[in-house]
Amino acid sequence: MNIKELYQEIILEHGKNPRNLRKTENFNKDAKGNNPLCGDNVHIFLKLDEDKKVQDVSFEGSGCAISMASASIMTDLMKGKEEAQVKEIVNDFLGMIKENPELKSQNLQEDEKTKLMCLSGVKQYPMRVKCATLSWHTLISAIDKTQEEINTEN
Amino acid sequence: MSISDIKKEFPIFSNKIHNNDLVYLDSANSSQKPQSVINRVNEFYTNEFSNTGRSVHYLAVAATNLYENTRSSVQKYINAKDKNEIVFTKGATEAINLVANTFGQKYLDQGDEILLTELEHHSNYVPWHFLRQSKGIKIEFAEINNDGEITLESIEKKINSKTKLIAITHLSNVTGAVLPIKEITELAHSKGIAVLVDGCQGAPHLKLDMQDIDCDFYAISCHKMYGPTGLGVLYAKKKWLEQLPPYQGGGGMINDVKKDSITYGDLPNKYEAGTMATAQVIAFDQSIKFLEKVGIESMIKHEQELIEYGQEILKRNNSVKLIGNPKNRAAVLSFTIEGVHPHDIATILDEDGVAIRAGHHCCQILHDKLGISASARASLGVYNTKEDLDQLNSSINNCKKIFNL
Repeated sequence: MNIKELYQEIILEHGKNPRNLRKTENFNKDAKGNNPLCGDNVHIFLKLDEDKKVQDVSFEGSGCAISMASASIMTDLMKGKEEAQVKEIVNDFLGMIKENPELKSQNLQEDEKTKLMCLSGVKQYPMRVKCATLSWHTLISAIDKTQEEINTEN
Repeated sequence: MSISDIKKEFPIFSNKIHNNDLVYLDSANSSQKPQSVINRVNEFYTNEFSNTGRSVHYLAVAATNLYENTRSSVQKYINAKDKNEIVFTKGATEAINLVANTFGQKYLDQGDEILLTELEHHSNYVPWHFLRQSKGIKIEFAEINNDGEITLESIEKKINSKTKLIAITHLSNVTGAVLPIKEITELAHSKGIAVLVDGCQGAPHLKLDMQDIDCDFYAISCHKMYGPTGLGVLYAKKKWLEQLPPYQGGGGMINDVKKDSITYGDLPNKYEAGTMATAQVIAFDQSIKFLEKVGIESMIKHEQELIEYGQEILKRNNSVKLIGNPKNRAAVLSFTIEGVHPHDIATILDEDGVAIRAGHHCCQILHDKLGISASARASLGVYNTKEDLDQLNSSINNCKKIFNL
């Protein structure tokens, strides 16, 4: 595995200019993710409409190119998806980063799959898997949080 | 031993990493081990193993002698006044916890202050935080200057009548700054304040003389000193070890045990409860022998040349920013590259066989102060060469190329 397969242009580009690096106005779900060993952190903001469809998703935080690109690509493709679809896609992505050779989700378009597969090189770098998956785990934690929990935190 | 022969003593350097020679620049994290240390562990378990201090049979007596022999070697190496001022622990972390726990128990009350610095490793902060929580003591931090140094003045500024102990690093594991610990100790003692030195980075790179420094406690991490893991040394002045209560209770540390009373053993047994890391202690004697064979003066000279060379080439490398600019720097070069996160730097350098560390290096307070979440760190061992630093620089350039800088 060549290092350039890990740092593909699309990763570098998203890492340098992350999409949705902001705070969603009137978000109704959020969660913080933290990687204590690296000092990396991410804060995911989610706005679900009445039909539990993602109206907007954004993030704040700092981290390496892999973690920023992963959060950027993730937030881009989750918009418009339903909550159940989001969960299914997250599981599929985590499975792919861990062991599966490809993405199986019916909820992803081919071009979305291609984009996500750019992160598959991380598999060869076990210490970096957590960088690629931090924002994904945090997204699930935001979805699973109840409104009350957010209020206590706020 | 000539400097060029040192690498040959370390078998790990005959391995290839991703088909490249290993350029190991992570010794501040943990150093590699010479063959003599590795062999000693093997030899002890193969032919000489027994527990120490308990039985009267041949092997037990021999093992006890070997174990105590290392204590004498350490005493000599750090020029401690008394052999019993050397306590073996499971690491420098345990050494600091031992002091925080026992000193805290006996001498600290609510409102008392412990003075640390912004350079401290978490292992010289968290144990004191426990006391903040349990006893309501206060923790103050002496501030770094723009060069990432701690000066005597910055310490003096934070001392007041409530200060009971100053706990400071000898050598910063991030900025590489060597602290004026002798002067700090002198100042502290003039005000009746005890001093603990975190010697994790100091011990492998600087000449140690406890009687000259005159500090009260000095914590050493043996695995950063070409020795085995799972072993540390606490140097403590005899008066403290006599006055302080024991740390852990168990076998080996007692004198007389009755149903209604217990008396504790003499020094140093009082602080060495349970079966100790016997093989590691015995092998650590070989680490000291190795350092003596290299020669402390030649080691310091060699590492000083390397650090100056490293600073020079990294300062010349555009977009590399060195962290700190201490006048007295040793063994550590931390840096950032504008536009590349330290974790990405570390992964890309690793591809070339260059092992560095990325992160906050257990110094979150310092990184917060510097306004960064992480840094990349190249740290030296006695086996490193100028060629290693050239490879570091060229791998940094490769990293910049990948990130289109």
